[in-house]
Amino acid sequence: MAKSYSRRNFLKVSALSGGGMLISFNLLQLSAGAQPADSEPFAPNAYIKISADGSIVLMAPNPEIGQGVKTSLPLIIAEELEVNWQTIQVELAPLHSAMGRQTAGGSGSVRGRYNELRTIGATAREMLVAAAAQTWSVPAAECTAANGEVTHTPTGKKLSYGALAATAATMPVPAKPALKDPKTFKLIGTRITDVDAKKIVTGQPLFGIDTRKEGMLFAMVSRPPAYGKTLGKVDDTAALKVQGVKKVVQIENAVAVLATSTWAAKKGRDALVVQWNDKEKLENTADHFDSFKKLLDKPSATPPARNDGDVDAAAQQAVKVLDVYYEMPALSHGQMEPLNFYANVQNGKAALYGPTQVPASVRSEVAKKLGIAEADITIASPRQGGGFGRKLMTDNGVEAALISAAAKCPVQVQWTREDDMQNDFYRPAEMWRYRAALSATELLSWHQSGIGIGRGVRGDSYIAGSIANYRAEGQGFASNTPTGWWRAPGANTLAFAAESFMDEICVALKKDPVAFRLAILQQAKQQPVGKLSYDPDKYKSVIDLVVSMSNWNSKKPGIFKGFSTWYSFGSYVAQVVEVQLVKGQPKIMKVYCAVNCGRVINLSGAENQVQGSIVDGIGHAMYPKVTFVNGAVQETNFHAYKMLRMKDAPMDIEVGFVPSEEPPTGLGEPGLPPIAPALANALFAATGKRIRKMPFAEQMG
Amino acid sequence: MPELSLTVNGKKIQIDVEPSTPVLWVLRDHLNLVGTKFGCGMAQCGACTILLDNVAVRSCMLPVSAVGQRAITSIEGLSATGDHPVQEAWVEQDVAQCGYCQTGQIMSAVALLRSNPNPTDAQIDAAMSGNICRCGTYLRIRKAIHTAAKKQRTI
Repeated sequence: MAKSYSRRNFLKVSALSGGGMLISFNLLQLSAGAQPADSEPFAPNAYIKISADGSIVLMAPNPEIGQGVKTSLPLIIAEELEVNWQTIQVELAPLHSAMGRQTAGGSGSVRGRYNELRTIGATAREMLVAAAAQTWSVPAAECTAANGEVTHTPTGKKLSYGALAATAATMPVPAKPALKDPKTFKLIGTRITDVDAKKIVTGQPLFGIDTRKEGMLFAMVSRPPAYGKTLGKVDDTAALKVQGVKKVVQIENAVAVLATSTWAAKKGRDALVVQWNDKEKLENTADHFDSFKKLLDKPSATPPARNDGDVDAAAQQAVKVLDVYYEMPALSHGQMEPLNFYANVQNGKAALYGPTQVPASVRSEVAKKLGIAEADITIASPRQGGGFGRKLMTDNGVEAALISAAAKCPVQVQWTREDDMQNDFYRPAEMWRYRAALSATELLSWHQSGIGIGRGVRGDSYIAGSIANYRAEGQGFASNTPTGWWRAPGANTLAFAAESFMDEICVALKKDPVAFRLAILQQAKQQPVGKLSYDPDKYKSVIDLVVSMSNWNSKKPGIFKGFSTWYSFGSYVAQVVEVQLVKGQPKIMKVYCAVNCGRVINLSGAENQVQGSIVDGIGHAMYPKVTFVNGAVQETNFHAYKMLRMKDAPMDIEVGFVPSEEPPTGLGEPGLPPIAPALANALFAATGKRIRKMPFAEQMG
Repeated sequence: MPELSLTVNGKKIQIDVEPSTPVLWVLRDHLNLVGTKFGCGMAQCGACTILLDNVAVRSCMLPVSAVGQRAITSIEGLSATGDHPVQEAWVEQDVAQCGYCQTGQIMSAVALLRSNPNPTDAQIDAAMSGNICRCGTYLRIRKAIHTAAKKQRTI
């Protein structure tokens, strides 16, 4: 029998089934002042578990969607805890009230948890040192912790963390544990391989789609074939005759077929005869863009988000006026793992397991929909085959719970790629109008006006704050085609328009794109106009670094360069794209990328994120789009929704990080926004053709 | 249902399964070999890549009845302990981000190296362009294939 008790609200001691003691430090409960009940059984959700046999498990509190936090978050604990990284184990934590913001989004995991996880590691380390000092009756100051053991420096005596764990649990909790001097970091800033690397390459069951539980049925769901349609009559006679099909259930606006295998469920789903009724307007992408253009050609219906000086008066003094439109299509998320979710809703309780970036939101929505108390719902997420913002929406988890509740059995709901493409929350289609007034040598005014499906567009470029006459307007466009968050939301389209337009201004004024931007930042630093929402010195730090990495000022024969820079999620990025014409077709030979993201935690993971953001950004600038015709998505799978493939990836991407002693800032997204304009600017240099519309490939002919 | 004979990862097995079922779902749902991944269901993304004899094929559109005498190798059959040179190269280069497409990428790379032990960048690009990675790990995949080629030469 496992005996469990709480000590000072944060430590739990329990017997391991294999013998020995298991100590868990549940420090967030302590710091949050929470009072766990004494009767609470040992819950494997602490950040650190040290057992008597010396094995150490560190928990990764946030969902892993490919951004590397299952490696980088425990790495921060391990640094302060002083353990041998090679011998520890890492697990993904289920949703637990003691673990704070368990979300993957906004490039926030590392930057939000850096100090917290250091403190947690340091607290445990100090308690282990105190335990050793007490055991040896020596001052704690004579003891040092390293490599999973404490050493009494004068005598050389050693005790392992495993041997100390039981005593450590009785030590007082240090109020302010001493954090390590970053100069002594052994792990942070080095190259650490993903903790799941071996499991990934051997095909271990790591993902939601791999979930297999006792009594579970596989489900496929028939959902509306177009936005604006609603469920009508259902004839499931043929579906129920398909070998392996067990049940058909209706939920809200959909019908689920449950079967003994995924393929049987799909065949059953395809055999359903469902009548879909037109309930709302069936919309078309072509109409969206026609409306965008008409609205942008009228005075803005909404007041400007920012209005410095007088852009209209400045235009009167102009020698030249630039007035251009940029367009970005709707995009699907296209994460490689099609959506899925496991749910077991029975007897007023729910167990949920599957891909989500927001487990707490899934739980609260399931609680509301099914009338189950949140305390009776458990939820955890496995490693996920990409997120990119799709799983900030909760539909896949909630749907699975509704199906399980209706079918009264555990169910694994599997989406096909077509399901995924037709039922997404898309990167909104947008159009931007950019106007600039130029004198013979100077930029006099900048006027940007944007419109997009859904909540609308917003944001400024760094020009805001450096120029006397600036106006930014943004508006939304009502539609029943759903929109959501897509990697670097807002920034991924705004940067394309703003940084391409900046290049157009440089061309018109015959200015070097780098020198022109440095002058803007200098102006912003010395004489800001109104509010500055960035640090000009940090912008300059990445521009200077990428200029030196890429030898910007040197000409290379046959190489055409494009430059762009953007600030998002707390991090500054500057990029140079080098394009060569191969048989008249542009080929991306090299991308240079400088990043200022504060302190880098895992150099290998950080570099991978930045390189990946660049490849991802190039791919989505170049190839795919989502087109609605009568509410139905035309690009139903990867044959029509074109993803970048290896042959079109850059031959090389060099990433440089500005050395920084500051806490880490975002890194899963900031590499993406500047790459589309850097590429468009390089393509202009190579071909003389200005690309103002995504996907670029359609413009290149 | 008719019983089918298959050779999967070196073992001969008999299986009762509807003959039109794609090999992907036979592996995943009937044999519990879930390393082979579903990505698109129409042979566009390569997540489901397996070897039939020594050739890389997309298992999501291959009916199990069409396999015949050919030997199926899935990621689980590549090595007993993950020490195939391509798997080792993938770990050394820390290729994966989300990791979902990587078993398919590895199977394509294994097939490439069996037919061409020392591929150029252009040959790698050509052989690997049936496999999509949205995380954008293509550069590390290229590097890992060169690393694996080197390993195989020194074995």
